[in-house]
Amino acid sequence: MIKLTINNQQVEVLPGTTILQAAKKLDIKIPTLCYHPLLEPYAACRVCIVERISGEVSDLVTSCNTKVQDGWVVFTDSEKTIKARKLIVEMLMAQAPAAEPVKEIAKELGIEKTRFEITDPEEKCILCGLCVRTCEQIVGANAISFVERGKERKVYTPYGEPSEACIGCTACAFFCPTEAMTVEDLKGRKVIHEELTLGPSTAIRVPIRQAVPMVPFIDTEACIHFKTGNCKLCEKVCEREAVNHEMEDEEIEVEVGSIILASGFKPFDAKRIPAYGYGRFPNVITALDFEKLVNASSPTGGKILCTNGEEPKSVAIIHCVGSRDENYNEYCSRVCCMYSLKFAHLIKEKTSAKIYDFYIDMRCFGKGYEEFYHRLLEEGTTFIRGRVSEITDIPLTEEERGKLIIRVEDTLLGTLRRIPVDMVILATGLEPGMDQNELARTFNISCSQDTFFLERHPKLAPVSTFSDGIFLAGACQSPKDIPDTVAQAGAAASEALSLADRGVFELEPITAVIDEELCAGCQLCVGLCPFTAITYNKEKGISEINDALCKGCGTCVSACPSGASQQKHFRDEQIFAEIEGIFID
Amino acid sequence: MSNEVFEPKIVGFLCNWCSYTGADLAGTARMTYAPNVRIIRVMCSGRVDPQFVLKAFHEGADGVLVSGCHPGDCHYQEGNYKALRRHRLLSKMLEQFGIEKERFRLEWVSAAEGVKFQQVCNEFTEEIRRLGPLNLNGGKHEQRKA
Repeated sequence: MIKLTINNQQVEVLPGTTILQAAKKLDIKIPTLCYHPLLEPYAACRVCIVERISGEVSDLVTSCNTKVQDGWVVFTDSEKTIKARKLIVEMLMAQAPAAEPVKEIAKELGIEKTRFEITDPEEKCILCGLCVRTCEQIVGANAISFVERGKERKVYTPYGEPSEACIGCTACAFFCPTEAMTVEDLKGRKVIHEELTLGPSTAIRVPIRQAVPMVPFIDTEACIHFKTGNCKLCEKVCEREAVNHEMEDEEIEVEVGSIILASGFKPFDAKRIPAYGYGRFPNVITALDFEKLVNASSPTGGKILCTNGEEPKSVAIIHCVGSRDENYNEYCSRVCCMYSLKFAHLIKEKTSAKIYDFYIDMRCFGKGYEEFYHRLLEEGTTFIRGRVSEITDIPLTEEERGKLIIRVEDTLLGTLRRIPVDMVILATGLEPGMDQNELARTFNISCSQDTFFLERHPKLAPVSTFSDGIFLAGACQSPKDIPDTVAQAGAAASEALSLADRGVFELEPITAVIDEELCAGCQLCVGLCPFTAITYNKEKGISEINDALCKGCGTCVSACPSGASQQKHFRDEQIFAEIEGIFID
Repeated sequence: MSNEVFEPKIVGFLCNWCSYTGADLAGTARMTYAPNVRIIRVMCSGRVDPQFVLKAFHEGADGVLVSGCHPGDCHYQEGNYKALRRHRLLSKMLEQFGIEKERFRLEWVSAAEGVKFQQVCNEFTEEIRRLGPLNLNGGKHEQRKA
């Protein structure tokens, strides 16, 4: 242990401790600008100087990087120290007059103005090197560095070109004490590679502003720790020690009695209809794109704007995109007419655009829906009955120039029309989620012809499947809106609960039974059972029927080559006896 | 003996939920139809083992009818498809035995189709009458006649 005295107070520290750290132990505050506990000390700003007396010699040293020796006497605010510090701060004020932390220290020291010449009154960079050291030591990207010497010294990229090494982590901006390096500034100075986007796309981020739970996740593809083994800055900075890069995916097995499938839907991919130009024309957007645009947390703050930043003067909403169409999906997606009306109403509220709604039928089936449609009619939206054939940007007249032209057959007027608009919203339909087939196979349930999950009975059992204990809720079973989804979810939940709650379970008396002695384990029956009631027991080498699932159809019985499977009350012998009985004259 | 009209003996395997109920409907509606189809009830047409069909012919049936729910409507989802598969394969085998494929018939009769059941019974009976008695070699009818 090393003993030294700071400001007439004794302190004992381990070898390797700096004066700054030793002073901290005594709660003595020494001002710093370029020091950060996570980085190696640099001693660039010189603000932390203290007077050190070692033996007979008294001199000024920087406390952040000077390691203590036994018997030193240190003064952090002696006359000599303060005089020197004031000079240093005045120089810093001349270098970076706009830097707030410098102004604060100046105020503490009682400095009103600097005697030195100010080159740039807007300059904030104090050349502390925190950004450079961060990029080098913590992140390991080495994208920025100091260039030039003396007056010309500055933080820069190689040749001032966009640095390819920069990963856009913005750690440099995080560490900068004076806001000389800011996220916007990075874009301006071309330090960050132009292809990288900043802000919400950092490797550790909260996915969306409405995320539940509202916690960040680490995108392992973008995170530099998983590429180089470095960084882990987020872990170091987190005071609650909540970040853990070593987290692994866990596979948990849970035994349950009933399952509710609520795997939802995905929107129809509008790119599949080339005539509508989605992906070609930037102002042709889908319903979901529009929802994201008009949301208050969108990049436009909820303003409805075309890609040129201006409000559209005319908007077209096209119904039945991918629905009611023998080329794509024949079914009606149920929700699109109503959300299209909602959009029309929103656009009317927020802009003064002329709105055209292209429909085949107006399906306003729910409570208050038809009344809402009437309101839209009164508001002045133009409804045109006809299927849009094409959206083009090739003008035939002067007023069509620069617009998107809707080509449609107006079936009520009986003519073909060309309608120029600024923005087109495609009311895309609903399709089952991407993993629909995989889920169907995993849970052994069927899909109906429209590829949504098949319910046990379209009228009498809309939330159950043919497998007991597996229930359906929401859009995975068929397209539906929120009130219907909530109702169906309640139904599925209550059926699942009553299944568990009943305490007793009714079995069919006419189920099939497999005779263990006769069964050869050929497993022919396993694949035939529509209720997945038969499983193969590897240890015993035979197939077994789950009495609770078996419905007593007898298919396995007639398929069984060894006669091991027999149906109660409909045994082979019983039916043979019936046949014989028929012919007794 | 030559004046006797041949009365076919037909065994019908009817599925409980559709065909048997359809036949019941024909009965409760007091429909008249040929009495030659003798009905055995099974829960599903998928229960009908090819052995049953062979047994029926062996016992002296001149025709066998299997009737189930319409495709897509099976009470047990897929049993009638299995019956369909078995019917196709079994018909081929029966032909090789010398049993005409017209003697083994598969029909879809729903619970509401009492009329259809009446028609099927009448038609099938006439068809078998036209084909004549099976007189299967080694069949039980030989024992009975003796």
